[in-house]
Amino acid sequence: MDWVAFSLSIKLGLVTVAVLLPVGVFVGRWLAYARFSGKGFVEAALALPLVLPPTVVGYYLLVSVGGATPIGQIWAATFGHNLVFSFEGLVLASVIVNLPFAIQPAQRAFEAIAPEIREAAAVSGLSPRSVLMRIELPLAWQGILMGLVLTFAHTLGEFGVVLMVGGSIPGETKTVAIAIYDRVQAFDTASAGIMAATLLVMSLATLGLIYRLSSQVGRRHG
Amino acid sequence: MADDALAVTLQQKGPIPLDLTLSCAAGDVLALVGPSGSGKSTILRSIAGLYRPEVGRVSVGAATWLDTSRRIDWPPYRRRVGLVFQNYALFPHMTALANVAAALGHLPRQERSRRAGELLELVHLADLHRRRPAELSGGQQQRVAVARALARDPDVLLLDEPFSAVDRVTRQRLYGELRELRRAFPIPILVVTHDFDEAARVANRMCLLDRGRILQTGTPRDVLARPASVQAARLVDLRNVFDARVLSHDGPLTILDWNGRTLQAARSEAHRAGAKVAWAIAGTQVLLSRTDLDQADSQPNRFSATIRDLVHLSESLAVTVVLEGPDAPVLSMTLPAHYARRTGLGPGSVVTVALMPEGIHVMPSEGEGQADLA
Repeated sequence: MDWVAFSLSIKLGLVTVAVLLPVGVFVGRWLAYARFSGKGFVEAALALPLVLPPTVVGYYLLVSVGGATPIGQIWAATFGHNLVFSFEGLVLASVIVNLPFAIQPAQRAFEAIAPEIREAAAVSGLSPRSVLMRIELPLAWQGILMGLVLTFAHTLGEFGVVLMVGGSIPGETKTVAIAIYDRVQAFDTASAGIMAATLLVMSLATLGLIYRLSSQVGRRHG
Repeated sequence: MADDALAVTLQQKGPIPLDLTLSCAAGDVLALVGPSGSGKSTILRSIAGLYRPEVGRVSVGAATWLDTSRRIDWPPYRRRVGLVFQNYALFPHMTALANVAAALGHLPRQERSRRAGELLELVHLADLHRRRPAELSGGQQQRVAVARALARDPDVLLLDEPFSAVDRVTRQRLYGELRELRRAFPIPILVVTHDFDEAARVANRMCLLDRGRILQTGTPRDVLARPASVQAARLVDLRNVFDARVLSHDGPLTILDWNGRTLQAARSEAHRAGAKVAWAIAGTQVLLSRTDLDQADSQPNRFSATIRDLVHLSESLAVTVVLEGPDAPVLSMTLPAHYARRTGLGPGSVVTVALMPEGIHVMPSEGEGQADLA
């Protein structure tokens, strides 16, 4: 068991979830309520990581933030190391591929709140911030949580984009999914087997939680 | 009292056309009545700040909530308005008490639950305050919605079809409670409904709307029995509307020529002799008898007719008759339910109909009516 890789995966999952919590809430809520031309295009763009091979996402990240690019050079000058093949680069990649997993369940949950309920809150004297905190979040939290659990589970299993953007640097970018591949390549099937079984159990547990949550999301309130 | 009145002016071309000015004094209940798409709910939403009309002004007493010419547009949470939604829109995750307390943000935190309890008591729900909306009946949810709307200590109370989702028995009880509320909270109250009987039961003033314009404002009794135009008469479902010509005015009566028949109507000064007019009579103002057939057509307002159709309703009898003559006009009326059984009337029976002069309402004929209204 590669504990370094395992804890790195957990850490990557938690950081991704922390970044995507506010993103999921605000982008999901915006897409649920806003009416504008081009909304379909924005939704399609945010859903792209669902259908694109992770290697394609990884490729575009490499050519846009790699060491030779302007963004990559600014990053390197500021932080003293490259964005790609670093933990931060991995977080960026992970956040991008998980956007639809965090945003879509939150969006569905906000959409399930009847417009009159938000209007009733406003005419009851609740400011927009109070409406969000006291009415919308208590009604949409299952959807938001479901998005975060999905994001976490998906991050643990992500392979392609991690390999493209992160490589396999122990303690920095070598996640448990990469470590399994690494062990199989080295004919160490025993270690690979333990790690694979651990991932399997964890994924099953999170999926169970997701199904439980999803039975409560999408039920229209009011 | 007049200082606390609500004054509303709204104008826009679309998507929902609006062109109206209305006011409601404190202590008055104004019913906004009209068919779907007449703009009733949009008026309420504009007052509450949930809808922004192209051009408009909304003021309550000295406070101006909306004035598009001065770019004033207060958000809903700053307007002191209580709004009861058609489907109540209670907060599903909160108890009845918390729903009401949520609208008490203007009070110190420790006083909110006491005041919410008082309001629930006012709407006769004191013992159900721990229940969530899903555990309450339609009528109970409506009361929570009313308590929540009153919690804000509103300057205006708005009710959007508040009785449409409850059964008939509950509705009757709620009508009485709304009348009590009017005494307890002397503020302007606006009720949207498409039911004329309901408007007459709960409101002391009524505004008849069609496609965003006001056709008539007055007491429900006046609007329903004395429509200002043929269009208004059709909207209030007055079926007996006919054309006639004014012959003369004679004391308390105006004499009409109705395609050769002579009609005496309550005096209507507005129309000079010779003018083309329309007249209407409510179904309740038409009498029917079988006994004085010989007097029909020889006296004013009495005509012989044949029963065309007879429908038994829950408490009354809807009858249509065809009068004799080349124009064969059809009159609709309602009679007590026992009448047909007692007299043995049925389709084809020959009867005499008598039109009460005081029930005949004269108004401008259709073409001229539009000009008069403008």
